[in-house]
Amino acid sequence: MTVKHGPVPADDVSAYLKSRARWSPLEIAFWIFAFATIWLFPGKYLILKDAAILALFALSLDLILGYAGILSLGQAAFFGLAGYFAGLAAKYGFINEPVIALVCSGIVAAALGFVTSFLVLRGSDLTRLMVTLGVSLMLGEVANRYSDITGGADGLQGVDIAPILGRFNFDLYGHNGYVYCLVVLFVCFVIARRIIYSPFGLSLRAIKENGLRAAAIGIPVKWRLVAIYTISAGFAGIAGGLLTQTTAFCSLDVFSLERSADLLLVLIIGGTGYLYGGLIGAVIYKLLQDWIANLTPQYWQFWIGLVLVAIVLVGRDRIGGGNAALRAAVSRLGARMTGRPAALGNAAPDGN
Amino acid sequence: MLTILFDGIAYGMLLFVLACGLSVTLGLMNFINLAHGSFAMVGGYCTVIVVNRLGIPFALGLPIAFLVTALIGGLFERTLYVHVYSRSHLDQVLFTIGLVFMSVAAIDYTMGSSQQFVQIPDALQGQFDVFGIGMGKYRLLIIVICGLLTVALQLTLAKTRFGSRLRAAVDDQRVARGLGINVGAVFGITFAVGSGLAGLGGALGAEILGLDPTFPLKYMIYFLIVVTVGGTSSITGPFLASILLGIGDVAGKYYVPKLGAFVIYAIMIVVLIWRPQGLFARGTAR
Amino acid sequence: MPILETIGLEKRFGGIVAAHNVNLTVEKGARHALIGPNGAGKTTVINMLTGVLKPTTGRIMLEGRDITAVVPHQRVRLGMARTFQINQLFLDLTPLESIGLVVSERLGLGGDWWRLVGTKSAVTEEIVEIVKRFRLTDVMHVRTAILPYGKQRLLEIALAFACRPHLLLLDEPAAGVPEVERHELLATIEALPAEVTVLLIEHDMDLVFSFADRISVLVNGTLFVDGAPEDVARDPRVKAVYLGEDLDA
Repeated sequence: MTVKHGPVPADDVSAYLKSRARWSPLEIAFWIFAFATIWLFPGKYLILKDAAILALFALSLDLILGYAGILSLGQAAFFGLAGYFAGLAAKYGFINEPVIALVCSGIVAAALGFVTSFLVLRGSDLTRLMVTLGVSLMLGEVANRYSDITGGADGLQGVDIAPILGRFNFDLYGHNGYVYCLVVLFVCFVIARRIIYSPFGLSLRAIKENGLRAAAIGIPVKWRLVAIYTISAGFAGIAGGLLTQTTAFCSLDVFSLERSADLLLVLIIGGTGYLYGGLIGAVIYKLLQDWIANLTPQYWQFWIGLVLVAIVLVGRDRIGGGNAALRAAVSRLGARMTGRPAALGNAAPDGN
Repeated sequence: MLTILFDGIAYGMLLFVLACGLSVTLGLMNFINLAHGSFAMVGGYCTVIVVNRLGIPFALGLPIAFLVTALIGGLFERTLYVHVYSRSHLDQVLFTIGLVFMSVAAIDYTMGSSQQFVQIPDALQGQFDVFGIGMGKYRLLIIVICGLLTVALQLTLAKTRFGSRLRAAVDDQRVARGLGINVGAVFGITFAVGSGLAGLGGALGAEILGLDPTFPLKYMIYFLIVVTVGGTSSITGPFLASILLGIGDVAGKYYVPKLGAFVIYAIMIVVLIWRPQGLFARGTAR
Repeated sequence: MPILETIGLEKRFGGIVAAHNVNLTVEKGARHALIGPNGAGKTTVINMLTGVLKPTTGRIMLEGRDITAVVPHQRVRLGMARTFQINQLFLDLTPLESIGLVVSERLGLGGDWWRLVGTKSAVTEEIVEIVKRFRLTDVMHVRTAILPYGKQRLLEIALAFACRPHLLLLDEPAAGVPEVERHELLATIEALPAEVTVLLIEHDMDLVFSFADRISVLVNGTLFVDGAPEDVARDPRVKAVYLGEDLDA
């Protein structure tokens, strides 16, 4: 076993940094399985589709909560705005092709995110909670006001979604709808992952850790936060657009507090700060919700509330700690399997 | 128009009684209690049961609502909330949202989901006509009761030993402890009283705000607006914020009915942009 | 042209005057120390220099340019970086990541959200060089939170240095460093390149007198004495302030 001292070549460092961003075997397995569900569970498309949309929605919150430390109860604002936009685009025919409509609704949501981001940067946690919540509730009121356009409390009716890319119809079983959602989720996930492993993503982690020092090393903190908030809003919007497009319906509850609160619950279950938390949490949440709703259809909210209380009392850290230990073990396993260097300039791994 | 002002003031004072407990809790322990609305709801339903079903007079129904809710609040505080004080704001939000969900479902299960009405004594129905202003008798009662409560709260804070201990603990918890103030007990009592006031507000407000299982969800945002705009370091801050919001909401719903609550959300956002720490927060008005 | 000049710098907090008419001049390439008893206002001055505090009156000139109104992160770009008296580190990141972050930012890559960290060789070369200079090679993959305090202090300076400042403000770098780790720290500070001007706040007189070529003494928010180390050491007023002796004694 040789121990290397002395200067460490820059190439080693470069290789190490790049290796962190490589897709681990577990990640690849996760996505293979995710896509395999198209063939494995043909009867469950509806719930899987809901889980995929929720996963994307949760991913959007993870970006700002887990990576930038912004506490928000208002992601529903972007979800709902884009949802209505996508619905209106289809109903009044000004954007017929769903994918284009989806992208446009994401952009609309991102624009709202940009505009409201300045509100979110000021004040304490409570102020942020209030402002974000206020914006989404306000949008709900506006949607209610213009009920002749939005359908008000009855919801947006008569939404006719054209076939995706002109070819794939939204069938009754939800097969195409699910594939659509899954592909969109994957694409957005890849983008998010790329962002996280970029210098920008690293700067976000630094800002979350120590905003004072981040500014003291030249990071324009405010603009970075505005940027990630805008991106996150765009993702939330895409999730909202997906919901409208796959259900051909949009109603006022997209703006509700419950929707934003459910999102927090999803992230708590799955964990924040490692991108998969929203995805895993969404699946577990949907299964949980389905199971509880079957047991007590009317009062499942009670059990969800109990789960929340229990999780907090037990300790998110302990659950998150369990997660973290598991994740650490899994990443070590992944490193060994691909022969990635575990450390540099230190003792070489056994067997070399 | 003056009637609207009158109604707005009544509404605002009701909001204040409902929200002041939350304001003190937040200022005292830096604890975001989103379940505050649940206590209000419990008080409302308590009065409904006591007055409608047990035939106890309304005048007694109110204090009973206060006492029952205060007891429940105190109990919850000692058994549940105390474990969550030191946690992050996110944890507190989650915990209290969980309690809200549970309380909403529990009330729905036990009392049904339709709106409940408290049987108000005949003496309180109808209105006085004073200088052409229609003053609803019930609303007048609300103003009187809430006004008295506000004065009592202010006196307690300013003149009693407990009040000064509370103010010290809000100002700086560590120093207060160092001076021998039993901050835990102060908080327990304050939380109980705050919850009790919420319950009383819920009982009083059942007629005006509408009482059904979704009450905490509907009105929580109002309480939070009061607290955020009014700040947490005084009684006058939330009081003025409540009045402002009460008038704003009533006027808004009258003059632009379809935009409804849009007006107060807009007011809140504008205020928070202008002063992120609230209109009357520490450091501005001392 | 001096690299740093403050003109009539003042900071008042209500009735309290934390800094009064501070006229500090730091020459390019200098090793300038700012000393004074506790509560003299040294950190207030540093906070005003870096933009964390807004001066009540006065101006700050960096390389001839008025930076009084410039926001903190811009001042870094203009060539001034600081360390903190109490470590302000990114506890969850490793030294490699932290230094890598600073270098990326400086090279203008910080806003790049598409490129992966580690793909620019200019960045990695510089990271390695800085890690070596600050003796962090052995611990560069260790989470900052569990580093020994001396290494953390080194990292604290490394982060500021990685900004490649023209003026480096060191706020009590040796504070709290255990005896066994001081030597490494002091040697590193000594070895800072000559083209980086250093303004050092310190209590440790050994470090001050061995390192500085110019000393300013701040007492009760006012610049008291300013000159070469020998002169300052001999000045009876300085002795009185530090040792509390009667001026006549």
